[in-house]
Amino acid sequence: MFDFISFIPRAVVQGIPLLLGSTGETLTEKSGNLNLGIPGVMYVGAICGVIGSFFYEQSHPGDAFQPLVGILIPLCCCLIGSLLMGLLYCFLTVTLRANQNVTGLAITTFGVGFGNFFGGSLIKLSGSSLPSIILTPTSNAFRRSLPLSPALAGSWFGKLFLSYGFLAYIAVIIALTAAYVLSRTRTGLHLRAVGESPNTADAAGINVARYKYAATCLGSVIAGLGGLYYVMDYASGVWTNDAFGDRGWLAIALVIFTIWRPNVGVLASFLFGGLYILHMYIPSGMNLAIKEIYKMAPYVVTIIVLIITSMRNKREDQPPASLGLAYFREER
Amino acid sequence: MDNKTPAVTMRNITKRFDGKVVANDKVWLNIYRGEILALLGENGSGKTTLMNMLSGIYFPDEGEIAIDGKEVVIRSPKDAFALGIGMIHQHFKLVDVLTAAENIVLGLPGKLDLKAASEKIRAICSAYGFEVDPNQKIYNMSVSQKQTVEIVKVLYRGADILILDEPTAVLTPQETDKLFAVLRNMRNDGKAIVIITHKMHEVEALSDRVAVLRHGQFIGDMPTKTTNAQEMTNMMVGHPVVLNIDRPEPKNPKPRIEVKGLTVRDIEGTLKLDDVSFTANSGEILGVAGISGCGQKELLEAIAGLQPVEKGSICYIEDDGTREELIGKDPLSIQNMGVSLSFVPEDRLGMGLVGNMDLSDNMMLRSFRRGHSLFTDRKTPHQLAETVVRDLEVNTPGVSTPVRRLSGGNVQKVLVGREIASAPRVLLTAYAVRGLDINSSYTIYDLINRQKSEGVAVIYVGEDLDVLLELADRILVLCGGKVSGIVPGRGAKKRDVGLMMTKLGGGQTNE
Amino acid sequence: MNNKTREPLFHIAKRAALPWYRTWAIRGGALVLALIVCALITTLVTGENPLQVYVAIFKGSFGTSRKVWVLLQNVAMLLCVSLAVTPAFRMRCWNLGGEGQALIGGLAAAACMILLPGKLPNWAVIVCMTVSSILAGAVWAGIPALFKARWNTNETLFTLMMNYVATQLVAYYCVVWESPKGSGNIGIINPNTQIGWFPQIGSYKYLLNILIVAAVCVAMYIYLNFSKHGYEIAVVGESERTARYVGIKVDRVIIRTMLLSGAVCGLAGLLLVGSTNHTLTPTIVDGRGFTAVMVSWLAKFNPVWMILTSFLLVFLSRGAGEIATRFSLNQSFGDILTGVILFFIIGSEFFINYRIIFRRPAGKED
Repeated sequence: MFDFISFIPRAVVQGIPLLLGSTGETLTEKSGNLNLGIPGVMYVGAICGVIGSFFYEQSHPGDAFQPLVGILIPLCCCLIGSLLMGLLYCFLTVTLRANQNVTGLAITTFGVGFGNFFGGSLIKLSGSSLPSIILTPTSNAFRRSLPLSPALAGSWFGKLFLSYGFLAYIAVIIALTAAYVLSRTRTGLHLRAVGESPNTADAAGINVARYKYAATCLGSVIAGLGGLYYVMDYASGVWTNDAFGDRGWLAIALVIFTIWRPNVGVLASFLFGGLYILHMYIPSGMNLAIKEIYKMAPYVVTIIVLIITSMRNKREDQPPASLGLAYFREER
Repeated sequence: MDNKTPAVTMRNITKRFDGKVVANDKVWLNIYRGEILALLGENGSGKTTLMNMLSGIYFPDEGEIAIDGKEVVIRSPKDAFALGIGMIHQHFKLVDVLTAAENIVLGLPGKLDLKAASEKIRAICSAYGFEVDPNQKIYNMSVSQKQTVEIVKVLYRGADILILDEPTAVLTPQETDKLFAVLRNMRNDGKAIVIITHKMHEVEALSDRVAVLRHGQFIGDMPTKTTNAQEMTNMMVGHPVVLNIDRPEPKNPKPRIEVKGLTVRDIEGTLKLDDVSFTANSGEILGVAGISGCGQKELLEAIAGLQPVEKGSICYIEDDGTREELIGKDPLSIQNMGVSLSFVPEDRLGMGLVGNMDLSDNMMLRSFRRGHSLFTDRKTPHQLAETVVRDLEVNTPGVSTPVRRLSGGNVQKVLVGREIASAPRVLLTAYAVRGLDINSSYTIYDLINRQKSEGVAVIYVGEDLDVLLELADRILVLCGGKVSGIVPGRGAKKRDVGLMMTKLGGGQTNE
Repeated sequence: MNNKTREPLFHIAKRAALPWYRTWAIRGGALVLALIVCALITTLVTGENPLQVYVAIFKGSFGTSRKVWVLLQNVAMLLCVSLAVTPAFRMRCWNLGGEGQALIGGLAAAACMILLPGKLPNWAVIVCMTVSSILAGAVWAGIPALFKARWNTNETLFTLMMNYVATQLVAYYCVVWESPKGSGNIGIINPNTQIGWFPQIGSYKYLLNILIVAAVCVAMYIYLNFSKHGYEIAVVGESERTARYVGIKVDRVIIRTMLLSGAVCGLAGLLLVGSTNHTLTPTIVDGRGFTAVMVSWLAKFNPVWMILTSFLLVFLSRGAGEIATRFSLNQSFGDILTGVILFFIIGSEFFINYRIIFRRPAGKED
């Protein structure tokens, strides 16, 4: 019998980093910026949080550790780090109008390198014999779930809905807010116009560059949170180089899968998370290899969605029309 | 009128592109309230550029702008809106996937309330007699619907200085009349209105004052009443021109292309051509008239093999009477039979030429497949490019200049020159003189006439009825994808053809 | 009234074409600036004097003849993938799937090496490897191309996803063919019989790769610039409508070009497995599929300049690797430096394509 009660919460915690990453990338893409640097940004977000909490934990061992401060410091570091990456991307692609694919890939190279370099340096600094940094107090602060009666916490309802750290709920709130803003508010309308047709938006008096900057930077910050959630909550505060893996790309896949709708992303990310860990739940006997095939599932599903949407050719389901193109007002 | 403060004063405005091309050179212009100003000039004379600076799309390199006597800086369209300036662009600035209402409120501040916006839109529409469904997506709209949305958008913002860039290009005569009535109402409301045009009769019918630009320079302005078409044309062109196009009698016309029951649908399944039948003769120019988007493009593309055909037949008839069906053949083999399509779309470089390639590479587009070698022959196209440049007097630094850098007229000459060089038996051309100055237009007419006298069957799609009536031997009038009638070019009345364009058979065929 | 609302301080205009020497001066300037920043960063991290850092970079690449060979081999492999993706880029088709296409080529080669010995003589195994890996790469690129041509499916995203499908496929086979059992790695294939190993030219292990890639480079240059196919690619890239209008079958060109792109990627995978490493891992392509995008773009899609740009990137990452070892930093330091240099070069393109026009100082009336 398939154990849904234990499977779903694990799929959810797997999905949250993807949800944050894809919400961030959706906002970015809605402004017409295809930020392929998201994997790098998530690395930077994660490592900045790790650096912040590492030094806080070092200076406040034991009882001196304040959970609230312990949360705020890595959070701020993470936000600043990923914001800077977003700004860099914007400066190059919006202000200097560089090719977005190339810039994004360069950001990913840089970001992953940055994460692994400082990760490696901290590991050396901590003098640990393991190739990882362990930030248990911070992680505990991040993972603290609602104070529930044991009965409720033990029930299926508690396990499915109430067992997560606060960042998970924030991720869902961010995604739903983003969906609301995009479809119902003037800011969202303007942002969509910028991504569809910057020319038109410009003529309508919308500051195209400002929207691109704002959406991309905000998107980066949200994606960076995904990195932070991964380390602090999912991985229980353990940073190991390259452990984050290909989740950044998976987040980009998720954007396509949800056809640029962050509210769909909430459930879709859990689905992706589920597909990612499915191999642990499907009895494969001694065949270890097959789990690598299962890991392929999210990508294959994304490809299928990409193909179906392009075949149906419904205008509302297409990528923003100016995705990947730099905007220059006086282009003739 | 001199004692009024102008709504807009533009002083000494200069704008350069690419650091070299001077689009506007020290232009002075006054725009008054309660007046319709026609900004007249040939294409490329800098009318649109000038108005784009007023609406914040471009920023002038030199010069000042004053609104109501106060000097202002218009950095962006937003600044322009704040000053009450609204521009309706020739290429619509609408977001396809959004609805009419969403497009109309785009860029405005405040909370998004589409319901209230829809109400206001309906109010504006009923006040002026427009028809707009606020919830319709733009991609489902026809061209004239889109234009209506554009105008409502400007009115919605309460603009009192309106600029319209060639607004009638896409409208039927009836729609044009309606628009003009609206514009007159707005003038009487005390709004300042600028209409950019190169159509003389519109200037005469609508405007109170006319200002003329030529080659980016301000030539002069005067009340419309005190001038006439000939004088304005002279000012636009710089020297007196004769508005007469040569039309030799066709020599020995024989059927060359026979179209029967042609029916074409576009990708979305909309019927574009419905049971179209006609014959095009050798040594004759068959003009095709119709309001834009009535199937002209599809007709030419179907003959050239670029458009899938639902049913019908297109026969190519050789001199000796041999018939060959063109439907089902690919563009390449149709080309090799001598059917040459010189289609000039709106953006001119979009189809037919490659902007970033130089002249000789563009010449190669037609010929590069010749021979069995894996490699391209660059010498012949190079020579052809030089011949075209010499014969058609193309103004270019050299044959290795990217076509993109040439002016509209020269691009056109390159395109037509190449098509003619392949010695076609059938020449399909659309909008061959769009965007050309008058001299270049005449060069093109001459070229087409020369082809005609050599026995080529020319199918000429035009947008200027006056030219069609003077150039074509017969005129095929399309209306909504159907043949409204075929009339002889000699003696045809503009009014009749115009009616046929809007109503099948011209409404009252018995008259 | 007052001068508060003057014109903006400056505005940006598109430039007419610059002479080539000024273009390269700008790029060179950006590179120098980038190197200075990199040196500063390194000095900050290591406390060494910047000059010594440069010496270390240089030594890391050219220190010993072995290092030079490794450098050249890496340049060759990066160049190979870059050459592969270039035809697609010239067609404005963003093939970001070089990684997966090379990987799948490597997988095909490894499959032949593992499954065929005993059934076929060595030379036949090598022929099979070559054919199958080139075919595999082509198929991997052909799938997105087919959908792009038929339904205009976004190729950037499709090829990107195909990379990970390939990675997982390789990971799967790495477990299936693991040796020894339980290691999860394939290890060196046929270590004793050396079946399927590409022949070595003299004592130079990497020379064969370098020669093959050099030949591909020349061939690609000629193909893109002088062949009819190359011309078609350029036309399709510039304007699909024009291409259709002159009778070029755009769908066919897209598919054909992507097949070529994938085939050359497959070749890169073949060389990596058959000639360089004699093994297969999911990370054997080492991000070259992505770096290739930058190499190709930096060289303006010109195969000859790509030799320079791929050399530059490999040189830097090897040099940075040396710094890392020398000052006992972590190997990822190289990625940071590469990133910084890329940012500078990417940014410098702006000054080639645009110019900034400053207004005359505010308040000066005429």
